[in-house]
Amino acid sequence: MTLNIPTALAPAQRAVELIGGDLTEKSLRLHLEGLPGVDAVGLEQRAGDLGTRSIKTTSKAWALDTIITLIDLTTLEGADTPGKVRSLVAKAITPDPTDPTTPSVAAVCVYGDMVPYAVEALGSSWSAGKDDGINVAAVATAFPSGRASLAVKLADTADAVAAGADEIDMVIDRGAFLAGNYGTVFDQIVAVKETCRRADGSYAHLKVILETGELNTYDNVRRASWLAILAGGDFIKTSTGKVAPAATLPVTLLMLEVVRDWHRLTGEHIGVKPAGGIRSSKDAIKYLVTVAETAGVDWLQPHLFRFGASSLLNDVLLQRQKLSTGRYSGPDYVTID
Amino acid sequence: MTRLAVPKTYKLYIGGKFPRSESGRTYEVLTKKGEFLANAALASRKDARDAVVAARAAVAGWSGATGYNRGQVLYRIAELLEGRRDQFADELVLTEAVSRAAALRQVDTAIDVWVWYAGWADKYVQVAGNGNPVSGPYFNISTPEATGVVAIIAPQGADSLVGLASVLAPAIVTGNTVVVVASQAFPLSAISLSEVLATSDVPGGVVNVLTGSPAEMAPWLAGHGDVNALDLAGAETLDWVELQVIAADTLKRVLPPQSGTPGPSLERITFFTETKTVWHTKSLI
Amino acid sequence: MNFLDYAPAPESTSLLHLKKSYGLFIDGEFVKGHGKPFLTISPATEERIAEVANANAKDVDTAVAAARRAYERTWSKLSGADRGKYLFRIARLVQERARELAVAESLDNGKPIKESRDVDVPLVAAWFFYYAGWADKLDYAGLGSSPRALGVAAQVIPWNFPLLMLAWKIAPALAAGNTVVIKPAETTPLSALIFAEILQQADLPAGVVNILTGAGDTGEALVNHPDVNKVAFTGSTAVGRAIAKSVAGSGKKVTLELGGKAANIIFDDAPIDQAIEGTVNGIFFNQGHVCCAGSRLLVQENVHDDVVERLKARLSTLRMGDPLDKNTDIGAINSREQLDRIRELSDIGEAEGADRWSAPCVIPDKGFWFAPTIFDNVSTSHRIAREEVFGPVLSILTFRTPAEAIAKANNTPYGLSAGIWSDKGSKILAVADQLRAGVVWANTFNRFDPASPFGGYKESGYGREGGRHGLAAYLESSGWSSAPSRVETGKAQK
Repeated sequence: MTLNIPTALAPAQRAVELIGGDLTEKSLRLHLEGLPGVDAVGLEQRAGDLGTRSIKTTSKAWALDTIITLIDLTTLEGADTPGKVRSLVAKAITPDPTDPTTPSVAAVCVYGDMVPYAVEALGSSWSAGKDDGINVAAVATAFPSGRASLAVKLADTADAVAAGADEIDMVIDRGAFLAGNYGTVFDQIVAVKETCRRADGSYAHLKVILETGELNTYDNVRRASWLAILAGGDFIKTSTGKVAPAATLPVTLLMLEVVRDWHRLTGEHIGVKPAGGIRSSKDAIKYLVTVAETAGVDWLQPHLFRFGASSLLNDVLLQRQKLSTGRYSGPDYVTID
Repeated sequence: MTRLAVPKTYKLYIGGKFPRSESGRTYEVLTKKGEFLANAALASRKDARDAVVAARAAVAGWSGATGYNRGQVLYRIAELLEGRRDQFADELVLTEAVSRAAALRQVDTAIDVWVWYAGWADKYVQVAGNGNPVSGPYFNISTPEATGVVAIIAPQGADSLVGLASVLAPAIVTGNTVVVVASQAFPLSAISLSEVLATSDVPGGVVNVLTGSPAEMAPWLAGHGDVNALDLAGAETLDWVELQVIAADTLKRVLPPQSGTPGPSLERITFFTETKTVWHTKSLI
Repeated sequence: MNFLDYAPAPESTSLLHLKKSYGLFIDGEFVKGHGKPFLTISPATEERIAEVANANAKDVDTAVAAARRAYERTWSKLSGADRGKYLFRIARLVQERARELAVAESLDNGKPIKESRDVDVPLVAAWFFYYAGWADKLDYAGLGSSPRALGVAAQVIPWNFPLLMLAWKIAPALAAGNTVVIKPAETTPLSALIFAEILQQADLPAGVVNILTGAGDTGEALVNHPDVNKVAFTGSTAVGRAIAKSVAGSGKKVTLELGGKAANIIFDDAPIDQAIEGTVNGIFFNQGHVCCAGSRLLVQENVHDDVVERLKARLSTLRMGDPLDKNTDIGAINSREQLDRIRELSDIGEAEGADRWSAPCVIPDKGFWFAPTIFDNVSTSHRIAREEVFGPVLSILTFRTPAEAIAKANNTPYGLSAGIWSDKGSKILAVADQLRAGVVWANTFNRFDPASPFGGYKESGYGREGGRHGLAAYLESSGWSSAPSRVETGKAQK
């Protein structure tokens, strides 16, 4: 048995403030393992209860519009082409050509090498660092598996940032996490965050994908959430969408509890993004309820909550159409992208 | 010249010891023909009070013992009774005026009663308890637990040794402790049995024996706030309905009287238990 | 707009077919009562729902006679399998009319529709379904071979879970072969009366179940009726005591399910978010009108401040209001009397020196309402640590060690339920072993299931409802084996 020589970790500010200047693999581990456990049955029951909220009429209308503004409209396929990206962007800008009151989405989410096409297609709709407009989020760090050298993952990130990505959705090293090498996971996030720094000193917004389906237990998700925040993440994100289970209401609830607690502890707001598997408005509304009743209504804005989704948008549009026309709509009345 | 006997003093059995009644009172125990046999202690309400204190103090240890352990203790009572067969038979011949053969049969029956109940100690939980298949991710199990302190009016008639064993054994096998008011007319076997208890690994306070007047003792026991259950097996001739009314004040579990000697009965065991149901969440993640 | 101000989401009452007035349900039909009829109202609006008949002693007599006839001529002659089939029918009908029953229950009782719909009514159906299957398997229940029914059962139920308590009483009684006369609570007769219609739809033989609406005197007459073999009561400890006294010596078998002051124990290694949820559910579910409510929070002292802070934050998202709104979490208090009692005890809590805090709920003008309230820094000698409030009021006490938690939890004449929150299995099982409570919930609370026995230690009553054990209450003691029979006095004595 080798002696556990405490390895000093990269000095992320939040971690240093919370755990102390002697931030090491060991002190990080002690902190994470000291977090309260999660009883899965109770967590899932609470999520189930939140899912019974009945959101009608004006609340529903508000919810549908809000959902749209929180969507990261996503295409992450090996078969993506510039044409596909252009089509996605057009939908992002004008989700419903028949209804100009429809808000636009928060961002488009594409592979790093598709960023230039997204930026170009957005044109004046691109936020370009401002508060309004549509952001470009890029997945990076050898998404979705994350199985590559750190150098490769950082290069992946740097390319996307250089191409104009406003946001980087990175993946954590699940293998390192499950092997107990929290320090490795931590250092990688810090390094990616640093790679998000632009020449002018601003940072691309960093979302840290935990891949909750692979972390498997809720206790792991709680620890990984704290780890990601301590290492400097701006958002914690559930999944790549490439592994089942992807986002679930209980796991999102858990992550919202973490950001709520972080806020209580430090006053800082961290965002949450469930991604993958949210296809219906009904489900998305349950998420809004969960956000509002856990972290608070303040979180219902693009800065702090996103849906990683593709087909969700059309279902929301169908619901919007029913609310405005009074009759059920159909697939012919919404566009494919 | 026949040897001068050393007559036994019959005292109470409380907390593993043999005190006299704090009242100092005694009453005469006579043979059927009216000859003097012995002075038995005439227990007072304060003796009853002290007995309950001793019984309560013994609950934690006795109910905390394993079923296996309690079973062995009950079996040892049978062993010692077997060894003292003649002594008990002699006493019964004198007090109940039965033939020696009948007395021996009674002692043998009493021994067998202890053996039968001893065997239940590590089994009644399996028969009276069970897992419950609830509709949800929960481990759910119901098991009987000792109710605590049981006050018993022992069967008062002849067959007193069997009667006593038949109410004591089922009560204590589950970990209850007991305050028993013995047969008023035939109290001697009860005290002799106490001697057996005192020498057979039964912790002090698990069984407490009061001799005297059930009519006097019973209301105090029925109303006592630290007694959990009341066995009125031998209270047939008392105003037992009034006893039940008194016991209702503290919601005691009350077993009404029955005529004759109780037979071997699982329900007698489970009546003095409480069923506890425990739920626990189950999840892989 | 603040999203949390959810738009109204009312459950419609249009599916109810309420009559303006209801009679007593005796011998398979609705008949006039001879007592003075009374009104049942909605505790949320104080509006009248219906007029309800009042059973006097004569009516009780008629009903018991009907139950006796039904027992002797019909019910005891049916096979267990046939009894089971009737119970299965009832279960199915409850499921078919589930929504209607849930709406009626919320209207009459004041509890949120979310609860009647998702908890009460589904459990009612489940209870009948479960006991239906036992009816022809009594030999296997571990209560002796060929255990016999007792005869006629007198049953008195409370207002907090009207239809569910009815199911808890009727299902095992019928499965075991008894016939029943049941008295719903005065303030919540409605769901029982609709249930009577279900019995007609199920074609249950006349007289097997008789439903007598009325008040305390109806219940008393019923319990003391000489031709009743069994008494089952759920309600306050005070009334339970009185019943135990009045049936003494009558030969009637009695089971009682009474009050509680349950301890919900949070250890420092609890899964904290779920423990908070469980605490909230424990005392605020059903407005705290639950005998097994976790009305005492015993929190380990080293996490007290964190727990209280989290609790307050969580309570601030509870929604109190119209019971028929699907988003309501906390409904109305069942009656003015109960509201007065809750207020009185809360005032006492304040006077005793505990720190009172209430959730910021808007209180409607009409109806009976009490905002979820916690008392912090409560001591074991405070009255609000000992007396059952039966309302949405939580008393918070601290402890230092597991042994102290157990001692404080057990230090009460009650003994109905308890909760344990910890991530350490060995501790949970050891604590569960030592708690003197009939139901112990670990890392959960307020879970009910027809397969799971429920009942109390000590002054919380005796007997169990649910599970295999729940049959014992309705069957002859068969374990007396070779012994001579019990001394019976036959008639009841007062």
